[in-house]
Amino acid sequence: MATVRKALPRRLVGLATLRAVSTSSVGTFPKRVKIVEVGPRDGLQNEKNIVPTPVKIKLIDMLSEAGLPVVEATSFVSPKWVPQMADHAEVLKGIQKFPGINYPVLTPNFKGFQAAVAAGAKEVAIFGAASELFTKKNINCSIDESLQRFDEILKAARAASISVRGYVSCVLGCPYEGKISPAKVAEVTKKLYSMGCYEISLGDTIGVGTPGAMKDMLSAVLHEVPVTALAVHCHDTYGQALANTLTALQMGVSVVDSSVAGLGGCPYAQGASGNLATEDLVYMLTGLGIQTGVNLQKLLEAGAFICQALNRRTNSKVAQATCKL
Amino acid sequence: MGNVPCAVKQCLSYQQLLREHLWIGDSVAGALEPAQESAQLSGFPEYVKIVEVGPRDGLQNEKVIVPTDIKIEFINQLSQTGLSVIEVTSFVSSRWIPQVAAGATEVSVFGAASESFSKKNINCSIEESMKKFEEVVKSARHMNIPARGYVSCALGCPYEGNITLQKVTEVSKRLYGMGCYEISLGDTIGVGTPGSMKKMLESVMKEIPPRALAVHCHDTYGQALANILTALQMGINVVDSAVSGLGGCPYAKGASGNVATEDLIYMLNGLGVNTGVNLYKVMEAGDFICKAVNKTTNSKVAQASFNA
Repeated sequence: MATVRKALPRRLVGLATLRAVSTSSVGTFPKRVKIVEVGPRDGLQNEKNIVPTPVKIKLIDMLSEAGLPVVEATSFVSPKWVPQMADHAEVLKGIQKFPGINYPVLTPNFKGFQAAVAAGAKEVAIFGAASELFTKKNINCSIDESLQRFDEILKAARAASISVRGYVSCVLGCPYEGKISPAKVAEVTKKLYSMGCYEISLGDTIGVGTPGAMKDMLSAVLHEVPVTALAVHCHDTYGQALANTLTALQMGVSVVDSSVAGLGGCPYAQGASGNLATEDLVYMLTGLGIQTGVNLQKLLEAGAFICQALNRRTNSKVAQATCKL
Repeated sequence: MGNVPCAVKQCLSYQQLLREHLWIGDSVAGALEPAQESAQLSGFPEYVKIVEVGPRDGLQNEKVIVPTDIKIEFINQLSQTGLSVIEVTSFVSSRWIPQVAAGATEVSVFGAASESFSKKNINCSIEESMKKFEEVVKSARHMNIPARGYVSCALGCPYEGNITLQKVTEVSKRLYGMGCYEISLGDTIGVGTPGSMKKMLESVMKEIPPRALAVHCHDTYGQALANILTALQMGINVVDSAVSGLGGCPYAKGASGNVATEDLIYMLNGLGVNTGVNLYKVMEAGDFICKAVNKTTNSKVAQASFNA
């Protein structure tokens, strides 16, 4: 009936005084959260096994049927760099475009943008970073130079009435620089917003962030950009993604990026996990009474489908608990 | 905590106890560093006590039987990490007093906020179980032995589904009233989310001061750290966890169980909350036990760091 344990005499740890705890921040959440599903792009991009085009198309269709309002379909990047995305045009042309659902595609440069428009893209995404070293190592230029390169895209997008979403990488830490100042993140975010991005997704690229860092970063960014134009993109490399996302929600953010089945590893930490799993996010939001428009059952089916195709286990705990996989 | 009912069920039968590979372990109190002044976020405790349940809750839920010398080495490694409480179980029958006389100095009693759970697992109603616990706790207190109370199914039950706040509060209050110094509120099947955690704690905290409460969150649906964060924001500063996230869930095959101590410490460190625990040493202990039981860690921090 009882368990017994032996304890050596414990030093009385003076339970240090508690700071005044405000419970008001615990309970205020947006009524509705828009989930941006990045599995088909961010997820698949980081998976070792190349996925055939029809499988990608089916995945995206299943995600649309699950009710996700935004599904990032592909990336118009050179196949030389990202072979997984070589079929970008076929994918974008092949998917069913459900009314009311957006299908943004990544466009790393103007050439990619042109190809995306030719393939029917109505929304594109561009990438900046809050770290100079990260930008240098990845595209061999400074942050400012990288943003200038996007000027052409933004001008053309405006003329063609194509929406542009901005991403900021390394907002809570950089694999090369380490700590990143919230002021820097705010600066880059503000630039992207003033250039014409309707929404900026703040990415904890290597998942090192914790709720405190998320709060500090968002506080700085909120001085420059309205909360309605912000999204968070948390990686689960250190298991912190949902806690960080919760913090962002408490601060008024109502757009969250996630990846079905938690697809995608981390290129900076071998063996580590990557994206936050959409199923686990939906589970939390539903429990909080927050609307998402997503059918969890259909989402689980999409996750099971792609994991089977990739011959890998899901990273979603909800899926593990429900599908007995 | 998910397997607690099995353990309790087993311990009612003395014959079963003899047949099982029963091992008596010690809970070892490691040295605690004094609370440091550290930059920290308003709204969080300055210090959080981590109750390490890996050797008990964790290992018991693992299919592989772990040899005693491995368990001892595991506990020894954990005792070097700074963890102040490491739970190791000794299953006892109602004749537990001799065990206590043998040197055990703390007792835990496991209640549940669900009648069905209580009936299915210890074959008695909540009320009947409380009466038995009262005897145990009373005797323990006579011998100056502290008693910790656990409440299973605080956020949901595998049989009944939703559990009322009143029931959780009632059971917790009962255990506290009979003399348990701390009540660990367990999300046994990990179904809770921050909203349900908040409501449950608000209700329980009307009857029991936060300093006497702990949370024991299972990560079955990936909600553990988010739920723990919520509990911390509400003033709770004792958290149960298991190194490497050991232990599955007996109610959902293939599902994960306890929240990983490494991931918890990572979050607390990031928040500037003092724990007195050395994360690297915990990771080493986790690496050791995972190799010993031949399973991959459930800790994301470990996965990211050990190039698993």
